[in-house]
Amino acid sequence: MSSAPGSYYVPNPSAWPIIGSIGLFTLLLGFMLFLNEGAAGTWLMIVGAGIVALMMFGWFGTVISESEGGLYNDHVDMSFRMSMLWFIFSEVMFFAAFFGALFYTRTLAVPWLADTDLLWPNYEGGWPTAGPKGPLPIDADTAVSDPAAQFSTIGPWGIPVLNTFLLLASSVTVTIAHHALKHNARGNLILWLGVTLVLGFVFLYFQAVEYSHAYGELGLTLGTGVYGATFFMLTGFHGLHVTIGAIMLTVVWLRCLRGHFKPENHFAFEASAWYWHFVDTVWVGLFVFVYVF
Amino acid sequence: MATAEAAHHDEHHGHPTGILRWITTTNHKDIGTLYLCFSLTMFLVGGLMALVIRAELFQPGLQVVDPHFFNQMTTMHALVMIFGAVMPGFVGFANWMIPMMIGAPDMALPRLNNWSFWILPFAFTMLLASLFTAGGGPASGWTLYAPLSIQGGMSVDMTIFAIHMMGVSSILGAINVIVTIFNMRAPGMALMKLPLFVWTWLITAFLLIAVMPVLAGAVTMLLTDRHFDTAFFNPAGGGDPVMFQHIFWFFGHPEVYILILPAFGIISEIIPTFSRKPLFGYTTMVLATAGIAFLSFIVWAHHMFTVGMPLAGELFFMYSTMLIAVPTGVKVFNWVSTMWRGSLTFETPMLFALAVVFLFTIGGFSGLMLAITPADFQYHDTYFVVAHFHYVLFSGSVMAMMGGAYYWLPKWTGHMYDERLGKIHFWTNTIFFNITFFPQHFLGLAGMPRRIPDYALQFTEFNVISSMGAFGLGLSQLIFVYVVIKCVRGGKKASDKVWDQPRGLEWTVPSPAPHHTFDTPPKIA
Repeated sequence: MSSAPGSYYVPNPSAWPIIGSIGLFTLLLGFMLFLNEGAAGTWLMIVGAGIVALMMFGWFGTVISESEGGLYNDHVDMSFRMSMLWFIFSEVMFFAAFFGALFYTRTLAVPWLADTDLLWPNYEGGWPTAGPKGPLPIDADTAVSDPAAQFSTIGPWGIPVLNTFLLLASSVTVTIAHHALKHNARGNLILWLGVTLVLGFVFLYFQAVEYSHAYGELGLTLGTGVYGATFFMLTGFHGLHVTIGAIMLTVVWLRCLRGHFKPENHFAFEASAWYWHFVDTVWVGLFVFVYVF
Repeated sequence: MATAEAAHHDEHHGHPTGILRWITTTNHKDIGTLYLCFSLTMFLVGGLMALVIRAELFQPGLQVVDPHFFNQMTTMHALVMIFGAVMPGFVGFANWMIPMMIGAPDMALPRLNNWSFWILPFAFTMLLASLFTAGGGPASGWTLYAPLSIQGGMSVDMTIFAIHMMGVSSILGAINVIVTIFNMRAPGMALMKLPLFVWTWLITAFLLIAVMPVLAGAVTMLLTDRHFDTAFFNPAGGGDPVMFQHIFWFFGHPEVYILILPAFGIISEIIPTFSRKPLFGYTTMVLATAGIAFLSFIVWAHHMFTVGMPLAGELFFMYSTMLIAVPTGVKVFNWVSTMWRGSLTFETPMLFALAVVFLFTIGGFSGLMLAITPADFQYHDTYFVVAHFHYVLFSGSVMAMMGGAYYWLPKWTGHMYDERLGKIHFWTNTIFFNITFFPQHFLGLAGMPRRIPDYALQFTEFNVISSMGAFGLGLSQLIFVYVVIKCVRGGKKASDKVWDQPRGLEWTVPSPAPHHTFDTPPKIA
């Protein structure tokens, strides 16, 4: 239990984990009831989310004050770094499941459905498709008159390519900010990290515009067969991760304003930046396999 | 620096006692104990569910439960045993032993360690509560195959969210184990000096981080198919129910090695101690473990040979599955070679280890039979499969944990367990296990399907034998519970070494091991 030189910092007992468990349980119980028309569902979800948010504030707050108080040595820092990288690896595998679903349906399931007349007579397959019983696909970005019978996909060269540039640019700006931090150029650090944040939130705004366009005019929804399912699952989970990454960077930015971090010691900044590069990389995969091809 | 002083000052106060100690603890031994107690509780709960199944199958016809409840029992028995008993059990061993074995003061991330555990009781509250909802618990089998699981009631949603919570727990726990092993080793504890239990857990943790998110993705797609109108597993929308099986088993096969690799690690600790020889072929053991882990990612479709797959796929998955016999065989031969010309004694841990080597190998061979695609068409979904996976999971994983518990209980509690009762537990457990599951091989080869509450008359005798064995097996676990409680409460004082010639750092510290094992890093020879 000491933080003497050469030894390892072992934290005190903490109540935050059990608070997190209670919050997570309440949140998921509420979501489950909400899905099954339980009256209390929505309220439980709000309460659960509140408890989880409280846990995050409290737990991260404790870690931040311990870090700023100089309780951590290089050894602890290394543990944090390794665990963040393995966490990102787990996220990679989470996305791999959805990319796997996309590749499997496109290259195997849909052609097999089209190959046999036993299951669905006169189904031609192809991509995009909403399946034998779904609406018909038409050219990209053609507004559809009857969403029940037709849907249109989102072409890659409008908002998606713009979003690609936004995210790639934000990867560059966060790196510039990192260099500024390492050279103790606090003004540049706050400026370029702020630019990164703006780029991230503009990306999210464009995604929202695109979703409302898809639902409102293109007839493309979660229910548009396996195309709609994979499209919204992949872009939706990516959007969720961009949101998480943007919140992380916002917290880091606020900490920079308060004068946190040193040129040689800024784990939270680096972890958030790694996470941000990760969501950018996933987007490039999305752009190529969901939008372009 | 004021904050630092304040925080430092705090360290000498605020250690809660009673129930709060267990809820807020950041100590790896406390958390290990919590995991082990949770695992034992779930083992008994899941065991009771198995006894409901065996009671119904005691004679042909329907007499004890209705078929829908029978299906809930097969589903829940598997989920509780896999996610509630075996996985947390091994994490309990990891928590207790890894810091001691590598010369670390604690796990790398002690608060996260606490959260990994304390998610589990909530996850299992959610899962077990689903039994009491309208329409009963999940009844689609633990594999949750679409479209059956999509048609289920709200209990399926509860199962999905419970799995999400277990996934969070497993991933956080696995990250902690990996970081502890990579970053917390005492100076001089090189990777190739690590005890084999630590090595097997390192590779298990990697598998967990790689595949638990895939399971999360699979059940998330189930959830959206159920409630958000998606068509991942629905051919009417261009989806495919078989895709669920592919994604599920991409998780599922590494998962079965998650359930067995730490058992291999425990066996590799016990056998050298009671043979009074170093482990034979340490390097090949490490490489074989890594080889098994690699192969686990490219064999998944052997669970679905009969579902419809191109011939090339059937052949690929048949041959890759057979390849697993090579590294596994290396391990078995190494264990046998360790005992060769050793000075053997047969205390309870050694008896369990020997039984695991012998019985797991039987399970391995029946696995090889199942790997042969054309033969699998006969065995698929029969009691042969049930016999096979109980030989690897019960007489592999669970019995290895029992052996490990007897082996390390003196180190954990400071008392010797009751050797006579331990041996009685071993023999009753092992004999009843074989009475329960060996006849199921014959039932399966004769064509009795699994997950069906009724059967044709010609299967009666073997089912009667199997059910009687199951009740004996269940009762014999009460001896285990008694021995453990007795050992915790008192008994002959254990020495630091406990055994005659054990190897490893955990035997250099007092029994019971102090709250913080190593304040300063130990010297590694």
